[in-house]
This record gives sequence, C-alpha cells and structure tokens, in this order.
Amino acid sequence: MTVTINGASRELPEGATVASVVAALENVPDGRGIAVAVGGEVVPRAQWPNTELREGANVEVVVAVQGG
Amino acid sequence: MKQFVIAGRELKSRLILGTGGFTNHEVLAGALTASGAELCTVALRRLDPAARGSILDVLDQAGVEVLPNTAGCYTARDAIITAQLAREAFQTDWIKLEVIGDDRTLLPDAVELVAAAEALVDDGFVVLPYTTDDPILARRLEDVGCAAVMPLGSPIGSGMGIRNPYNISILVERAGVPVILDAGVGTASDAAFAIELGCDAVLCASAISRAHDPSAMARAISLAVEAGWLARGAGRIPRRRYAEASTPDEGLPIFDNASQ
Repeated sequence: MTVTINGASRELPEGATVASVVAALENVPDGRGIAVAVGGEVVPRAQWPNTELREGANVEVVVAVQGG
Repeated sequence: MKQFVIAGRELKSRLILGTGGFTNHEVLAGALTASGAELCTVALRRLDPAARGSILDVLDQAGVEVLPNTAGCYTARDAIITAQLAREAFQTDWIKLEVIGDDRTLLPDAVELVAAAEALVDDGFVVLPYTTDDPILARRLEDVGCAAVMPLGSPIGSGMGIRNPYNISILVERAGVPVILDAGVGTASDAAFAIELGCDAVLCASAISRAHDPSAMARAISLAVEAGWLARGAGRIPRRRYAEASTPDEGLPIFDNASQ
C-alpha cells in the first residue's frame, strides 16, 4: 500500500503500523520530543504499535526544532 | 511587588527566551545561560534525517523548560493539531499559541486565534496567545480562558520596539492575566520599556539570537528586564513640558556691583 510520510510517498506492507513506520526512520529521538499525526489526528505514543495504517494514509512525524 | 505567576506557577525570571534564529546549539546554550530564563520556546517540524543533535538536550543541560509553540500555523485547525502534537511530544499542557495571518507581516489572525484559544482551553491547555496590541482582543482571549496574553510590540523579527506604547499600557491596565510582551524587541532598552509600561515579562528571540554577540545581548536584556522592574516599582516622575529646577534658588548669592 502507498502512504505519505512527511510529504513523501512510501510503499509499505499491509499491516504496517505507526510504530513500524517510526522505527524505520532515521534520526528518531528516543524518549520525548517526537509526535505523530495520521490524517490530522494525533496518535498517542502508547497507541503506535496497534495503529495500523491504511492505503493513502497521511503520516506526519514531527520533532522539536528551534523556533519562536 | 506582585510575583509573576502563570496558571498557578511562579516564575522567577521575567525573560522568556525564544530559540529561533540561533546559528547553532552552542550559541543557544551560551545565550540560555546568560539570559537566566526558566522557559524557552520550541517549535515542531517534520523529522529531519540529516539534523544533528536535539534542541531538547541543550535545554535539559541548561535546566530550562520547554514552552512549545504553534509557529507557522495559519488556521485554528492547524494550530490545534500542532498544540496536541506538542503536548504529546513534550508532556506539557502549556502552549504558546500563534496563528498568523500572512507570511509578510506575520501578524496574528484575530478570528482564528480566538477560535483556537477557546478550543485549546476547553481541551485542558494552558494557553499563552501571541496577539496584537489591541486591548479588546486581549480581553476576548482572557474571556475564553487564556492564562496570559502576549501582545506584540511590533512585528516578529522587526526589531522595531514598541510601536504603540499607549495600547500596551491600556492593555496592561485592563488585563486580569499576566501580559508578556512578545515580538519586536530590538535591544535592551525595548525590554526595559515593556516592563516599565506594566508588562509582567518579555519574550525575546531575534534580538538575542541575531545579535552580533548573542550571549552578551541575552545578559543585557536580562538586566534590562530587571532594571525596568525596579524602575516601575520605584515610580517614575511625571513628564513636564518645562524644566523644574533640582537646585533651590534660596541662598543664591547676588553679584551686583551697585550694592558694594
């Protein structure tokens, strides 16, 4: 299935979860400082392993940066 | 004099540091220490595989707490989602709410701002909105439950200081929540002026981060905030159109040849 992760199109196997997507990314901070939204809804960290992605899902993975 | 308390939490420093614009984490760390700030803003952006080091490590090391913001949001919807992401990422209910109207002025969009503020307060957030210097809008934000208001002195990053001190002083006079001057500070005197006008605190980013020597400017602005606070408590003299002699006329010698 095709999903969009931070604006880029990706092919993922069926059953891919938010947790598996995040685990496959580089430079992921451990512990705090990272959050994920799927389709404009925040997915709490505890639900990453059991949140399966669907075809066409839009995933945003954000971290802290300098600003404001 | 009254303490600086937001949502029941007392803050010792009346300077909040914005972390935008620092050239690297070392410069930021130096400025954090020099500023004495207890709170500093961070933004959320897409994970960058090439980024080196986390800003959170820098803040942890300096013992400074995170105030996440919604910088870059143009709609209430985006600001609300960003605030929720920030709560998840940083485990804090505090949010500096920014909803801007366009990318040239970066001025707040009042309509979207109030809508976002109301929704976030209902969702349990401690909302600190970046707003214009309009006292009525500040009151509307207070009415929907914001924990403080953060009026601009002038546009973000402009360094133009406080363009409408009358509005800021009216806003302060009528506010029932802390007022934090946000945006526009160009140098130390602007920060002192903000506090003298009655603001409880100052948030400063560009004036420090883009100064030639950010650590020195952080210290200067920190001292200015303190100086403004002391001066406000001390009470300024009234302004007069004409001079008022500080030396008495009584006992003034007369150098008149005729009286010899």
